Amino acid sequence: MLRYLLHRLLYTLPVIWLVVSIVFLLIHFVPGDPIQQMLGEGAASADIESARHAYGLDVPLGRQYLNYWKGVLHGDLGPSLRFNQGVSKLIAQRYPYTLQLTLAALLVAILLAIPAGVRSARHRNQWDDRALSVVSLFGLSFPNFALGPVLILLFSIQLGWLPVSGSGSWLHLILPAITMGGALAAILTRMVRTSMLEELGQDYIRTARAKGLPERTVVYRHALRNAMIPIVTVLGLQFGALLAGAIVTETIFSWPGIGRLTVQAIANRDYYLVQGCILAIGLTYVAVNFLTDFVYSIVNPRIRQ
Amino acid sequence: MATNWPLTTDRLLTRLARHNILAAIGVVLVVIFLFAAIFAPWIAPYDPAHIDLPNRLEPPSRAHWCGTDELGRDILSRLIYGSRISMFVGASVVVLSLLLGLIVGSLAGYYGGGVDRFVNIVLMNAFLSFPGILIAIAFVAFRGPGIFNLVLALSLGGWVGYARLVRAQVLATREREYVEAARALGAHDWRVITRHILPNIIQPVIVQAAIGMAGAILAEATMSFLGLGVPPPTASWGSMLNDGRSHLFDSPHLVLFPAVTVMLAVLAFNFIGDALRDVLDPRSRIEAGL
Repeated sequence: MLRYLLHRLLYTLPVIWLVVSIVFLLIHFVPGDPIQQMLGEGAASADIESARHAYGLDVPLGRQYLNYWKGVLHGDLGPSLRFNQGVSKLIAQRYPYTLQLTLAALLVAILLAIPAGVRSARHRNQWDDRALSVVSLFGLSFPNFALGPVLILLFSIQLGWLPVSGSGSWLHLILPAITMGGALAAILTRMVRTSMLEELGQDYIRTARAKGLPERTVVYRHALRNAMIPIVTVLGLQFGALLAGAIVTETIFSWPGIGRLTVQAIANRDYYLVQGCILAIGLTYVAVNFLTDFVYSIVNPRIRQ
Repeated sequence: MATNWPLTTDRLLTRLARHNILAAIGVVLVVIFLFAAIFAPWIAPYDPAHIDLPNRLEPPSRAHWCGTDELGRDILSRLIYGSRISMFVGASVVVLSLLLGLIVGSLAGYYGGGVDRFVNIVLMNAFLSFPGILIAIAFVAFRGPGIFNLVLALSLGGWVGYARLVRAQVLATREREYVEAARALGAHDWRVITRHILPNIIQPVIVQAAIGMAGAILAEATMSFLGLGVPPPTASWGSMLNDGRSHLFDSPHLVLFPAVTVMLAVLAFNFIGDALRDVLDPRSRIEAGL
């Protein structure tokens, strides 16, 4: 087990190196002078020079790269131009909100997808299976930036049940979580269905039924547990899409997480902050994939060898 | 693949019929969108950028079928012109990322060894370590908006999927007898890849491209929604949705019409992709349990 984990960790290190390196290079993609872009057209050349020095952009590229790594390892991602604060501090403030929202969205997706997928698989090709498959295709095609406003329209404006936007109570969390988790629920429903179909056709299910176990036990205790193994992998991969979805969802609901911070930073040309946000999301993604492998090795001991 | 549901002929037929209905709906929708995109200047009832402040935020009426937006612009005309951006960006992104994926994937799969290791471990991992849309957002955030940057950004985020598919397919195909026979006859690598391997692996690639078109349209709309798409006043579905959000209380049609339009476009390509998979790549249908 430990060996397997170390092995995985060794694979993760180059990926982390790549993520940090790509994010470092981003600022050099800016056409023209990034400092000029940040300060605006009318900035005095003395200001530009001092800002260039303050941001460490007046040293050779290799030196900048080393400095960037030093900063990352010390948790210092440079200053934010507009917020007048350290980028790391801003991210640390916003990160828990994004994490909370993402986990809630994940929960929504799982709560919707598992019963739906199991039902589809058990009633294969009957009307409810077909209805669910069309609904999931709709869910897959309905963009989250359209779903969000429609949900607000329905539940906040028409019915007045839930707050329009902002954060504070768990009531604020419901609509964003559904918005963010909707598409994932659709993908997951299809996966659960496929995976369950495969498991329900196995011999051990026939044995379990022959033993006279109640159908509920056969489906949920026997089949679903095995069917979840491939789904764990998909969940890990989809987590990235979910995080990217946070950028849209947080913008719609004015949720104070990293996604909204990213959009604000882009609008302000606050390049260091954009870099920091993208680094945070990228590294989270890497970490989640590592965790997924870890969980996968627990639920499926066969791959540890 | 074991199932305890025997696949009788009539079941298969009903399923295909169902898929065909969905596919037919998809094809009709795509034709409508393409028609709208190509002939926008002739079929749009108004100039999409014409500002008419006295008639702003009009609900749908006989004069304006989908109403007017906060500047009094005709929403239907803007939706029609918006299909140009969606179709053009979607198609360009699919073509560009497909091309990149084909080249990189077949080189890695065919030559294996060091080339494959570099492509597979370094290059693909680098792009897979970010979600595709985040790569696109980062690219536009630093390079600046515009239709060229948008296509490039979305292709950068999308090519890995094709490359992975092509690589896996080429790996499986290159040891086949007919490939060996072609090589034994003295065909050089370029000919083996383009004449013998690619035609045999193209079907799953086409399926992925159809589904990829749905993804590209969705991604374009997402970018426009975030203000990272085509700059105003050019009409695009995503930016219309974003503009409409501030009038969600008083004029919800500003959001509803673009929302439904994006959904229909994405749905159409998903329908076609699903049906294509049934016809071209039946093995994956079995794997997907459909």
